[in-house]
Amino acid sequence: MQVDIRIQEEAFSVDAEIARLAGAGLDVGGIGLFMGVVRGDMGLAALALEHYPGMTESMIGRIVAQAGTRFGLLACTVIHRVGRLPVGAPIVLVLCAAAHRGAALDATGFVIDWLKTQAPFWKREEYPNGEARWVAARESDEAAAARWDAGGPAEA
Amino acid sequence: MVEILYFAWLRDRLGRSGESLLLSGDEVSSVRAIMDGLRRRGAAYEEIFGEGAGPVRCAVNQEFAALDSPVRAGDELAFFPPVTGG
Repeated sequence: MQVDIRIQEEAFSVDAEIARLAGAGLDVGGIGLFMGVVRGDMGLAALALEHYPGMTESMIGRIVAQAGTRFGLLACTVIHRVGRLPVGAPIVLVLCAAAHRGAALDATGFVIDWLKTQAPFWKREEYPNGEARWVAARESDEAAAARWDAGGPAEA
Repeated sequence: MVEILYFAWLRDRLGRSGESLLLSGDEVSSVRAIMDGLRRRGAAYEEIFGEGAGPVRCAVNQEFAALDSPVRAGDELAFFPPVTGG
């Protein structure tokens, strides 16, 4: 499996990342894509994201390796941005390439669900009046990840 | 020495991103013992590790760890809130 994991402040190009997977000579038949965007809840101005360098990359690597085995992926790209991101900015990109759509789509859900509960990132919300607040973890994210343990929508 | 790292609101509250803690040669401590020691310093430590503080997670050598996980000299111990990426 071709794996590419990047934590960066810079924006990413979805077109360029897709082209890298589709053009890698891997007999890819489908690419699942998830892109997270900073949502402007409650008048939010921006999110500031921090991570635990080293552990973040290794945890994502582990999640991607599990997805690769379970769904028979040919390639997987995960790019997560850190730093200050305004509302509407892309924040995370997950691309999963497989021979067929079922594996590609399910692997994409698997990777983002586990990333949200296992990869050490933290978000701080910034409001126009200067207030800032660390985001609390949500139980619904734990539940979303846990459904993959219970068999989930796709047995690989 | 044990290298201790703090992230997110724990770091903000303490005003530091990390510190070194002396742990002698072959001494085996635990996450819980180190947390208790830090909390007894009072002030901001009491705030982040005390009763009524928000949930705190930890990692030893960049692996999620439990309160009873062993900690030895040379280890990296990190404290942080539940993760909120993605």
